[in-house]
Amino acid sequence: MKKLASTWYNMTIVLTLISVVAGAALAYVNDLTAGPIRMIKEQELQDGIKAVLSADDLTVESTDETDGVIVYRTDKGTAVQATDPNGFGGKLTVLVGFDNKGAVQGYRVLESAETPGLGAKAGEWFQKGQKGDIIGMSPEKNNMTVSKDGGEVDAITASTITSRAFLRCVNAAYEALAKEDAQSGATRQAGDNTNEED
Amino acid sequence: MNQIKVFWNGLVKENPTFVLLLGMCPTLGTTSSALNGMSMGLATMAVLIFSNLIISLIKSFIPDMVRIPSYIVVIASLVTILQMVIKAYAPEIDKSLGLFIPLIVVNCIILGRAEAFAAKNDPLSSVTDGVGMGLGFTMALTLLGGVRELLGTGRIFSFGIFPEDYGALVFVLAPGAFIALGYLIAIVNRLKN
Amino acid sequence: MAYILIVITAIFVNNIVLSQFLGICPFLGVSKKVESALGMGAAVAFVLTIATIVTYLIQKFVLEPNALEYLQTIAFILVIAALVQMVEIVLKNVNPGLYQALGVFLPLITTNCCILGVAILVAGGTYNAQGLEPDLLTGIIFAFSTAIGFALALTIFAGMREQLAMMNIPMGMQGMPIALVTAGLLAMAFMGFSGVDNGLSKAFGL
Repeated sequence: MKKLASTWYNMTIVLTLISVVAGAALAYVNDLTAGPIRMIKEQELQDGIKAVLSADDLTVESTDETDGVIVYRTDKGTAVQATDPNGFGGKLTVLVGFDNKGAVQGYRVLESAETPGLGAKAGEWFQKGQKGDIIGMSPEKNNMTVSKDGGEVDAITASTITSRAFLRCVNAAYEALAKEDAQSGATRQAGDNTNEED
Repeated sequence: MNQIKVFWNGLVKENPTFVLLLGMCPTLGTTSSALNGMSMGLATMAVLIFSNLIISLIKSFIPDMVRIPSYIVVIASLVTILQMVIKAYAPEIDKSLGLFIPLIVVNCIILGRAEAFAAKNDPLSSVTDGVGMGLGFTMALTLLGGVRELLGTGRIFSFGIFPEDYGALVFVLAPGAFIALGYLIAIVNRLKN
Repeated sequence: MAYILIVITAIFVNNIVLSQFLGICPFLGVSKKVESALGMGAAVAFVLTIATIVTYLIQKFVLEPNALEYLQTIAFILVIAALVQMVEIVLKNVNPGLYQALGVFLPLITTNCCILGVAILVAGGTYNAQGLEPDLLTGIIFAFSTAIGFALALTIFAGMREQLAMMNIPMGMQGMPIALVTAGLLAMAFMGFSGVDNGLSKAFGL
């Protein structure tokens, strides 16, 4: 079959046609996948909150965002999502679960741009029984920085930068929680546990 | 055209990574483990097969002068579709490959095969070429990922071979990617002669 | 101060080629001579900055208001391809001298993945803006510094390869293998910068 000649008319028609077909196909697939994508995101957050508070069943009572730190209060404790911009490859987002006394109950790395397989180890390193165990520590009582900086936590081998960013997230999460607790003490008694002054 | 010959050509004789040296960014950027390398290879293969098929089907309707823009639109749409499907049904892969999924668009292998093969051959051979080249790319990425994972962490596909403490972490990091690929190509060169 | 930090981080700490693995093809392809490396670096800096501005505006004023984010890849790559063509035509007529210097590299840039990569990072705000709001200005600064980082890596690498060309290299390692190993050593040298960003951000009191 002979190729179409490169006249302006042909070129415009062909390009427009291809773009329209491509656009329609994309719109269709986007429509198809939008639902599952949203569900996965929600599911991940739900699972994350459950995991960091080590509870199988809980209800989120309130969600509160200040300066990018999100506090999820539940009936089983509080989960706080904090972000640090200075990880090894960029942003590091961590969800930390605190019990009523402010001790770390669990954590989960939600988003990281760290070197895969290395900085990404943060997901396991600080868990209970691992080398950098932080479970049970509280930023109020413990110095939660890496041992190189005089703190009590062992940094991931060869990933001090990731470890520092991670611990900054944990401390930022705790600060947000402590600040909110101090502020909302009065309002909560009035039967409202969201923080309105902020 | 002999289908087996086309397939073998893509897989071995003109292996996109070791012989043609195409698509180096994902080759180096996503091979920190064998699994990551394999996912990237398979994702690229999927786009390659469909882009070869579609382009060889519509080649006679495309005027020569707008050939490249048309191919780019086709490839970019396929990549976006793949990206959405991965996000919806395999979020783990989306997390580990990240930015490199949309960047499949500018992988020279895909546009290169569209121009060099699909635009001149029938749909069946084009699909075979896509499968061969795609598998060749996947094989190379899995191999490189495996070597880096083994030397760096003592594991292959997360399966422990030797204790992690004896691994040279540098192979998981950026410099190791360049060095491991350099030596792999040298070995392939040696085997060829 | 945060702007200075963005510049330093993008050039040295997270060098686009040596630690982010973007733009490897031209890095390996156009690095045999220092002169051509400089030309390529300048062409990338030029196109990358313009492309980032245009794609950012398209993302914010066309795609996002109409909920068309899923057209991002296709729109960006077409814009970049068209932009490269336009830059080529404009340069040819306005500044033939510069066109002589950059002309050969321009067509290669469309498929340079660092352009599309940086455009996607800036449009999505997923780059390290050192605590600043990722807006157009930080985006431009980030894009330009990234390009400088690319040019720097490319030029250093070309210098090394010029020396290598005069060396006696074992048969199997000739050509690409030795170039890759050299690039690996260069990447290792750049790893020495990791952590500098955190130190500086402390020194600047951020």
